[in-house]
Amino acid sequence: MITFEDVSAVYPGQLKPALNRVSVQIEKGEFVFLIGSSGSGKSTFMRLIRREQRATAGVVYVAGKELNSMRQWRIPEFRRQIGTVFQDFRLLPGKSAWENIAFAMQVVGRPTKEIRATVPEMIEMVGLTGLENRAPEEMSGGEQQRVAIARAVVNRPKILLADEPTGNLDPTTAVGIMRLLDQINRRSSTTVIMATHDANVVDQMRRRVIELVGGQIVRDQARGVYGSD
Amino acid sequence: MRHILRETWSGLKRNRAMTFAVMVTMWVSLSLFGASVLVTEQVDTMKGRWYDQIEISVFLCTEVSAGAGGAAAGNCEPGQETTDAQRELIEERLNANPEVANVYYETKAEAYEEYQRMYANSPLVDVLSKDQMQDSFRVKLKDPENYRGVVAEAKTLPGVQNVQDLHQVLDPLFSVLNALIWGARFLAALLILAAATQIGNTIKLSAFTRRRELGIMRLVGASSTYITMPFVMESLVAALGGILLSALTVMACVKFVIIDRAQVSIKALAWIGWPAAWVAILWIAVAGVALAVVPTLLSSRKYLAV
Ligand SMILES: Nc1ncnc2c1ncn2[C@@H]1O[C@H](COP(=O)(O)OP(=O)(O)OP(=O)(O)O)[C@@H](O)[C@H]1O
Ligand SMILES: [Mg+2]
Repeated sequence: MITFEDVSAVYPGQLKPALNRVSVQIEKGEFVFLIGSSGSGKSTFMRLIRREQRATAGVVYVAGKELNSMRQWRIPEFRRQIGTVFQDFRLLPGKSAWENIAFAMQVVGRPTKEIRATVPEMIEMVGLTGLENRAPEEMSGGEQQRVAIARAVVNRPKILLADEPTGNLDPTTAVGIMRLLDQINRRSSTTVIMATHDANVVDQMRRRVIELVGGQIVRDQARGVYGSD
Repeated sequence: MRHILRETWSGLKRNRAMTFAVMVTMWVSLSLFGASVLVTEQVDTMKGRWYDQIEISVFLCTEVSAGAGGAAAGNCEPGQETTDAQRELIEERLNANPEVANVYYETKAEAYEEYQRMYANSPLVDVLSKDQMQDSFRVKLKDPENYRGVVAEAKTLPGVQNVQDLHQVLDPLFSVLNALIWGARFLAALLILAAATQIGNTIKLSAFTRRRELGIMRLVGASSTYITMPFVMESLVAALGGILLSALTVMACVKFVIIDRAQVSIKALAWIGWPAAWVAILWIAVAGVALAVVPTLLSSRKYLAV
């Protein structure tokens, strides 16, 4: 599903690469934790998958497409196969949960009928039934992150990228979000990549762990834990 | 589609002040642009009318034309009328010139009648007597702008006292008017440039106020057409307002300045009318739409890129 071949990424005006000769392969339906200290390159890794930036060197394949040579006008279509959630939720203020989720379908031109059918399904799936008319300002962080997850998967992506999704949440709420991501991964065999600093969550789940240090992969372990001992 | 319209509408509401400012700038610059079109049309009309009517008058010698009071003697023998042989030669030569459309002969008597007819109700009617009139050839040209050759040739022919053509008067006038037209066009271009810059800035601002939505759109894979559309529509709405206002301005100008005043009080000149206004409005519409779409697309490449 995702293949990195000797990929480096350097930000303009920086000497130290954010990713340094990374080679890795992630299969369809895998669940991967991406760990590493701040600045180790986790977000950059995800930006490359979304083709928000191009690899400075090396080749990136996602869903069978080689991203470096992808034409600009194909990128939107490509991105519809990828859902993303962030630490800070990024919901549209003033719009209800329902509208926030529907927005992702509207802007890719899905018909109203389909939207009306799918959004309630998603709201139920993330466990927000009854809260669909609340705006983000009227919800807890955990609830907001559920809306964000619903929005990320409403177009049925093949890949879900979660960049520190539990970073702003208390441990109990974090576990709930974690369960939800796990459920999405198992039910629809969506490939999930989750960047996290949350040792608890990683240790409980026992999934594949990729650890980055200074832009390089130092550990790639099936059924791994947070600490490398 | 519905969503695009809704986005456009909310954008317009959000940027009401900016939209209004763009509309006013467009109004002013497009009006000036329209005015420059009108002025061009007016000058063309006057030119057409005058130059079409222009004939070259080749005046022949009379007994008094040479030597009397130091008046321009031309190719006249003192005290001699143009002879019949000279007359024939002149006519032949004029007819032979490829620039000449037709030549007709106006006798002294006909000239006097014409003079009396023209000044029938004026005290001038008695100023000239029949004997002060001259026989002349009136020459119509194929292309009124190509007169120099004919005038130069006629001047050399024996028996010609004087060659008159209005170009000597009109040409400097039109070169001044042409300068004016270019001045107006330059100003209009300057204002249009200002309007384009302002529109670019508006897009930038409006992209900034919508950056969250835009970020999500990009993230979930909205096409760039979809992302750009509301911005184009927004500028189009502002442009439509500007076009409408300046069209009204142009129509008011034509109605109140030209049709109601100039045409009534200065009848001697040819004036433009409604057709010129339609031409100007057409140009305004074209320029206005281009003005809305081009800077928007350019700045969308910059601020709305995926
Ligand atoms: N837009 C940018 N311009 C320049 N340098 C950047 C940019 N974004 C990230 N970097 C640099 O690239 C490196 C990797 O950053 P990245 O955001 O991928 O780290 P991260 O692992 O996600 O960190 P965190 O855990 O804090 O989110 C860092 O050294 C960072 O300073
Ligand atoms: Mg990060």
